[in-house]
Amino acid sequence: MAFKALLDSTASNPLGRHRSIWAALHLDPILLFLLLILVSGGLFVLYSGADRNLEVVKAQGLRLGVAFGVMLIFAQLDPSVFRRWAPWLYGAGIIALGAVILVGVGAKGAQRWLAIPGLPRFQPSELMKLVVPMMAAWYLSQHFLPPRFRQIAVGLAIVLVPMVMIMQQPDLGTSLLVGMAGIFVIFFAGISWKLIMACVAMVSVSAPLMWFFVMREYQKQRVLTMLDPQSDPLGAGWNIIQSKTAIGSGGLDGKGWLQGTQSHLEFLPESHTDFIVAVLAEEFGFVGMLTLMTVYFLIILRCLYIAATAQDSFGRLLAGALTMTFFIYIFVNIGMVSGLLPVVGVPLPLISYGGTSGVTLMAAFGVLMSIHTHRRMIGA
Amino acid sequence: MPWGEFKDTAAERRLFQRRTLVMLIVVMLAIGGLVARMYQLQVVEHDIYTTLSDKNRVQVQSVPPPRGLVYDRNGSLLAENRPVFSVTLVPERVQGMDDTLAQLDTILDISEEDRERFQRRLQEPRRPFQEIPLRYDLNEEEMARLAVHRHELPGVEVEAELVRFYPHSELTAHALGFVGRINRDELQRIDPVNYAGTNYIGKSGIERFYEEILHGEVGYQHVETNARGRTLRVLERENPVPGEDLQLHLDLRLQQRAHELLDGRRGAIIAIEPDTGGILALASVPGFDANKFVTGISVNDYRELSESRDKPLFNRALRGQYPPGSTLKPMLAVAALDSGATTRDYTIWDPGHFRLNPGGRLWRDWKRSGHGWVDLKDAVAESCDVYFYDVAVKMGVDTMYSYLSHFGFGEDATLDVSGALSGLLPSKDWKRAVRDEPWYPGDSVNLGIGQGFMLATPLQLATATALIANRGRWVEPRLLKDIKGDRPVEEFLPAETHEPLALKNPDDWEFVVETMVEVMHGPKGTARGAGRGAPYRMAGKTGTAQVFSLAEDEEYDKEEVRERLRDHALFVGFAPVDNPQIAVAVIVENGGSGSGTAAPVARALFDSWLLEYGQTDGALISGVDEVAN
Repeated sequence: MAFKALLDSTASNPLGRHRSIWAALHLDPILLFLLLILVSGGLFVLYSGADRNLEVVKAQGLRLGVAFGVMLIFAQLDPSVFRRWAPWLYGAGIIALGAVILVGVGAKGAQRWLAIPGLPRFQPSELMKLVVPMMAAWYLSQHFLPPRFRQIAVGLAIVLVPMVMIMQQPDLGTSLLVGMAGIFVIFFAGISWKLIMACVAMVSVSAPLMWFFVMREYQKQRVLTMLDPQSDPLGAGWNIIQSKTAIGSGGLDGKGWLQGTQSHLEFLPESHTDFIVAVLAEEFGFVGMLTLMTVYFLIILRCLYIAATAQDSFGRLLAGALTMTFFIYIFVNIGMVSGLLPVVGVPLPLISYGGTSGVTLMAAFGVLMSIHTHRRMIGA
Repeated sequence: MPWGEFKDTAAERRLFQRRTLVMLIVVMLAIGGLVARMYQLQVVEHDIYTTLSDKNRVQVQSVPPPRGLVYDRNGSLLAENRPVFSVTLVPERVQGMDDTLAQLDTILDISEEDRERFQRRLQEPRRPFQEIPLRYDLNEEEMARLAVHRHELPGVEVEAELVRFYPHSELTAHALGFVGRINRDELQRIDPVNYAGTNYIGKSGIERFYEEILHGEVGYQHVETNARGRTLRVLERENPVPGEDLQLHLDLRLQQRAHELLDGRRGAIIAIEPDTGGILALASVPGFDANKFVTGISVNDYRELSESRDKPLFNRALRGQYPPGSTLKPMLAVAALDSGATTRDYTIWDPGHFRLNPGGRLWRDWKRSGHGWVDLKDAVAESCDVYFYDVAVKMGVDTMYSYLSHFGFGEDATLDVSGALSGLLPSKDWKRAVRDEPWYPGDSVNLGIGQGFMLATPLQLATATALIANRGRWVEPRLLKDIKGDRPVEEFLPAETHEPLALKNPDDWEFVVETMVEVMHGPKGTARGAGRGAPYRMAGKTGTAQVFSLAEDEEYDKEEVRERLRDHALFVGFAPVDNPQIAVAVIVENGGSGSGTAAPVARALFDSWLLEYGQTDGALISGVDEVAN
């Protein structure tokens, strides 16, 4: 049986027979291969986006190295470790978020970091991208699925509390990603379509209320700018106009590596961070974008397969949610840069310059590999 | 997991896998959507964005043409272009605007005006990395200080532009005019394309009249710029056509001499070359430094100039309208002879006063005791008022008006002198229209000695004198001598419009000239002091213009009249008599008498021009030769 063979080739075997090197390392070779392609291609784009600054590329390389290390460590842990630790991590995360609101540090009117003496500065909201889906998966997987209304309510509470706390910082991008990660757990758990429809209806009703009572002025401005960038071409609209110009002028096969005029002549803002995809689109054109999308899609496909073949509910829910979080990163970032979505501070996963999100993402892939490679023998 | 109940793991797995399938579809749709968006931007709308990108990248910059230079007749530079440096700030690159401004304040002299303009521009919308000017026209010391501190001041730039500079500004301000920043009204008038890179425009004088040819034609360059607007490389360039260089009839040496002669007084000198009508000197004293106006004069400096009692900004030579007084007598002599109101031999008895009818109003002669028997020659030489009262009444206003307008009074007869006024030549119609009164014979009496309503500018007096020097041949006064290009000067000078003044007996010209020679060289000539000892013969006429009228029986006491109410001293004349090289009009405000103050000034100019400077080609002047031998 093909299914049996697949199990044999990947599952750990106490006697050591048939154990491949990948199984011993608890790594998924296909996912690893795709990630390496993405990351190495990303470094080339970064070199151009950072205007040939090799220091930036080196720093990013170092960070990615650390991130791969973190992935390797997470892959070694048994999924049951995550399940056991989930409530404690969640509790600690909530406390840390509370601390950020009270004593956090940051810049540009937002408090996002926690500086504990003796430890490196860190961003608790970043950890919550992992911890919230873990907690939700831990809670829901203890009950019969699909969840009942009470469990859905508790699950929602688990998601909403940290989400609101992160929004207070304010950090719309991270709050959105944390929220989505949790919501996906509830969705995968099998919440009924009727409820989903009801939620969609509720959201569309509450959107105007959000606009007037929750959203801050700069956030409203971003939405307005997305709808009509020409309304403020030199101000908030500048970014969108310039990034669309970069993408559009790339054409079918691009202007060539390091030849992008929009980014190298400094018209494109944030060309090595949030807007890096515009550099890729300008220099490698539609072909380059298709390639990038294909790699991303293959990664998502592989991850969804890992989720679908996970052995227990916790693993399935967690793997599915983390995969979809990764997807949300891609969709929000590229949607924003191409002018489909308002400007939200979401980086292009594993390509944008910047530390924390890369480490979190690789940790998530570590969790996925852990779920995939730690298998209990069933029916043997 | 609650114990006691059995989880249906297979069902849960199937549920999850269904959900995964849904998500997979969502992902595929979303990524498909993103790909479609990319296709739209990169393939469908590619051309639009390529244009936008090129527009970003490639900017068409206008290259302003260098303004034409202005030279005097000997090739001395009168107006040139000099690089002027200004400080600009790029807010995006400034680290700490307040600190930077505070530090700049210690290095440069930044006025409150500069600061306010800068703050206003800072609030206005602008494209990122666009620089904002803070201070214009840095001096060398400030440049040096800024260079030392430059590295501490990121975002602070120094920009250079070519700006008009007048090396002899105090001398030439009234003759050349000046340029200044283009203002709102001028912006409406100028060709926006040709002036795209130009900040300055001729405001007055030659600079204004020949603006079009001095300006030149704008050039273009296509440059690749970054978002900060910094030019990275020039892709394509079409050079501007520089403005034409002008050569004027003006002689800087004579101009300087004229200023020296009037130094410390208020007045004007116009010197014309009778053969060409070229203005050799155009002096209005006091002058001012036109350079201050070019980059924008400070409020205090302007107030000082405009409120000065000496009126340095007032161009007396072109716009000062004075009663011509006795300087009008040679022109009236021409009129009287040609109209038959008098003859060369007609003689009157001057008792020192004149009455229209017995017992009527009394007009005095300047000489209270009278000149006795005078003919026309004596009347001009001694400036006999009574003789001219008599012929003026005989001629009547219409005849005088007709002749005087042939001499260019009452009009701006200049070709390219902008801002010249017309003076006032009174007539019956004028008096009826303006005063709503008929012309009285008494008005003619006053006009006979250049008083009453009549007003003339020094330039008009010089023009009329040049006409006598030319024996009736008209030459309109002009400044432009040559264009330093291939094009002929006639292309730019307006057409000459005046017919020669033909007399019934052309020999009358010589007679009137001789009466003027008598003024300078005759035993009773009013300016014989100024004419004494000259190696050439000159012709002239003195004049005195009353600043206010004194009642007829009141004793006129110079000492009692405050300096500002003293008579204006006038003189017109030309030399040498038989080969006129220079015709002048001199006015010294409150100078007292024409013979005492104005005539010596003219003599000094004649000497300088005929003896010292000579002609540009060094040829001997025939008139000078004659007498010297």
